[in-house]
Amino acid sequence: MKRNLILAGVGGQGLLALAAVIGEAARSLKLHVLQAEVHGMAQRGGVVQSHLRYSDQPIHSALVKEGTADLVLSLEPMEALRYMPMLAPGGAVVANVVAFKNIPHYPEEAAIEREIRLLPNYRLINAVDLAKEAGAIQATNMVMLGAGAPFLALPIEALETGIRTVFSDKAEAVIETNLRAFQLGFEASESAR
Amino acid sequence: MPTRLLLGNESLAQGAIDAGLSGAYAYPGTPSTEITAYVLRSHQAAMGNVICAWTANEKTALEAALGMSYGGKRAMASMKHVGLNVAADPFINSAISGCHGGLIVNVADDPSMHSSQNEQDSRVYLDLAMMPCIEPADQQEAYRAPALAFALSETYRIPVMIRLTTRLCHSRATVTVGQPSRRNDFSYPEDPKRFILLPALARKSYAKLLDRQADFIRESEASPFTEYLEGTDFSTGIMACGTAYHYVREIVGDDCPHPILKIGQYPLPNALIERMMSACDRILVFEDGYPYLEGKLRGLPVRTSPTIHGRLTGHLPRTGELNPGHVAKAFGIESPILNAASAVPSPRPPALCPGCPHGDTCNALNAVLRSGDANGRVFSDIGCYTLSAMPPYESVDTCVEMGASITMAKGASQAGLHPAVALIGDSTFTHSGMTGLLDCINENANVTVVIVDNLTIAMTGGQTSSANHRLAEICTGLGVDPAHIRIITPLPNKHDENVEVLQQEIAHTGPSIIIAVRECIQTARRSRPKGGSS
Ligand SMILES: Cc1ncc(C[n+]2csc(CCOP(=O)(O)OP(=O)(O)O)c2C)c(N)n1
Ligand code: SF4
Repeated sequence: MKRNLILAGVGGQGLLALAAVIGEAARSLKLHVLQAEVHGMAQRGGVVQSHLRYSDQPIHSALVKEGTADLVLSLEPMEALRYMPMLAPGGAVVANVVAFKNIPHYPEEAAIEREIRLLPNYRLINAVDLAKEAGAIQATNMVMLGAGAPFLALPIEALETGIRTVFSDKAEAVIETNLRAFQLGFEASESAR
Repeated sequence: MPTRLLLGNESLAQGAIDAGLSGAYAYPGTPSTEITAYVLRSHQAAMGNVICAWTANEKTALEAALGMSYGGKRAMASMKHVGLNVAADPFINSAISGCHGGLIVNVADDPSMHSSQNEQDSRVYLDLAMMPCIEPADQQEAYRAPALAFALSETYRIPVMIRLTTRLCHSRATVTVGQPSRRNDFSYPEDPKRFILLPALARKSYAKLLDRQADFIRESEASPFTEYLEGTDFSTGIMACGTAYHYVREIVGDDCPHPILKIGQYPLPNALIERMMSACDRILVFEDGYPYLEGKLRGLPVRTSPTIHGRLTGHLPRTGELNPGHVAKAFGIESPILNAASAVPSPRPPALCPGCPHGDTCNALNAVLRSGDANGRVFSDIGCYTLSAMPPYESVDTCVEMGASITMAKGASQAGLHPAVALIGDSTFTHSGMTGLLDCINENANVTVVIVDNLTIAMTGGQTSSANHRLAEICTGLGVDPAHIRIITPLPNKHDENVEVLQQEIAHTGPSIIIAVRECIQTARRSRPKGGSS
């Protein structure tokens, strides 16, 4: 078993927490885990991405090689399209449809969706609506974790434990909201199949 | 043994704490920041009374670490690659004086300039300082590196550099954590005269440093981070430094027919290099950063046998960080046909946060300097406010290195430029702006210095600023006329008054200071102080 993931988003969207949950879940299953993340300047509202790899065999490079990503999981629609050359043949794209517009010339949203819909394997999720339904818009990242879960080859329980570990210094109510967001994302993704 | 999912920086910090660290000093800078942030929030470090502080700059950090080492304790200073330029003086001279307790200089390079103005390779400094260096290849080695470096440092009484690169600093892996060891007790150096670098004494210490080089090379050859892996196919031999080793492994797999020399310690392990050079027809060199090893292999006059391939021959890109794709290409492995890049996405560069106080200061600057006949220039420094170089603000004209705003404005005004405005953050001002301001005062230079005081070091994630709300006092103490130290509040509803203050101070002949005080909205949002950007 081996998974190469590209996680995509914009600084401030909670991408690192999303990566941390998957990483923790994989670690708890004693898999080999490598995850490259972006810190520093780019976090000021710029492009943020993380490469995440795990396997039952030893792995060496924290960076995913072009053309080998099993999944591009994106917190933002345009950001998903940035990584097309990374995607393996048949790889999946799971993206939040709610645009994050902090630049003057954001492309036409319909054009973004059109391009994603041309892919053989995609799921588009309104993660903001679901996060609100779960109780907090900040849980958008956990909705997307749930939406990506069908492609992660990790048991749902391990991901839920990962959420508990990563948010362990938060109040129980916050953890519950995140778990609910995860569940809603998972269900939406399965029915968007 | 417990395992944890740690960044390379966190692994190194935990390794240092477990190796008996007593003092950690640093000035923040991507990609090095999380080393010190980790020590600051470590319960284990706090329980052990480990001194840990953000210092005014990298030079003061390294000097403090040297002082703690003088007292027999294990210390480290951490910085980004350009920070070593600032700390170059203590770096090179401490190799001559030597240290007493183990002393580590952590330097994080940023190939591809993810968050930096250049991609200088800190290994080049090793040639100047002639001190040993450890370059971990992965997070587990980053955890082990401090123990190894402290031991080496105390055996030879020499500081040891640990070189990191962005990918290792900011990648997580499962790390097995060991048992903590005891911290050193206080002790005086046995030969205190070597810390007096007067020429007659320095010559002796320098001769000793030169003598030690052969020992350092032997240590590199025997280092647990250096490994010669035998092969059967001698048409190519592979040399890989630090993290590049794992990119090679990723591509060639576990049963590579070619011999591989994994290099994790400097000075370079000569005997092992010589062995591969005489056994193989061609050497393929993988290293992140400059072609440091490759250049040395090539030699002068240029060596023709064996053939050497790497960044200098186009087999790998000359600039930028390595990735598995580059390594595969260097082995002649064709890349599969990739999905075409989409033409739809627009660039999304980093930008000032909505509501950032710097935005209001820049609006005031633009009202004065970017309207009508715009003869004035804004000499900026490095910090979040540098992002105002981009649209929609386009407020600043220069950004070269930390501290250069005030001094460049002074030189330009003396060349005839007016208005000459410097824009500098609170932390950068205490890092290396104060000395330049003193020059301005002594020369009565006609500059207007705008200090944007957001009460934190924002760009690197909100560390404590050494300025600590005392900028007006510092400027008064340096000798600025108090009538020309003005405090403004960068808020939209104060725009007109702020523009007026700027106009008045630009009209004043001689140095004047405008301090724009409003907290960074990111740190204001977080109630408790925080160490780092993770
Ligand atoms: C010599 C050197 N050290 C560290 C850095 C990294 N760095 C860039 S800006 C900055 C801090 C800026 O703080 P401040 O001037 O207060 O501005 P702010 O980001 O808070 O607006 C740091 C640490 C650098 N570029 N050069
Ligand atoms: S982090 Fe603070 S100083 Fe930097 S852009 Fe955001 S609000 Fe401004």
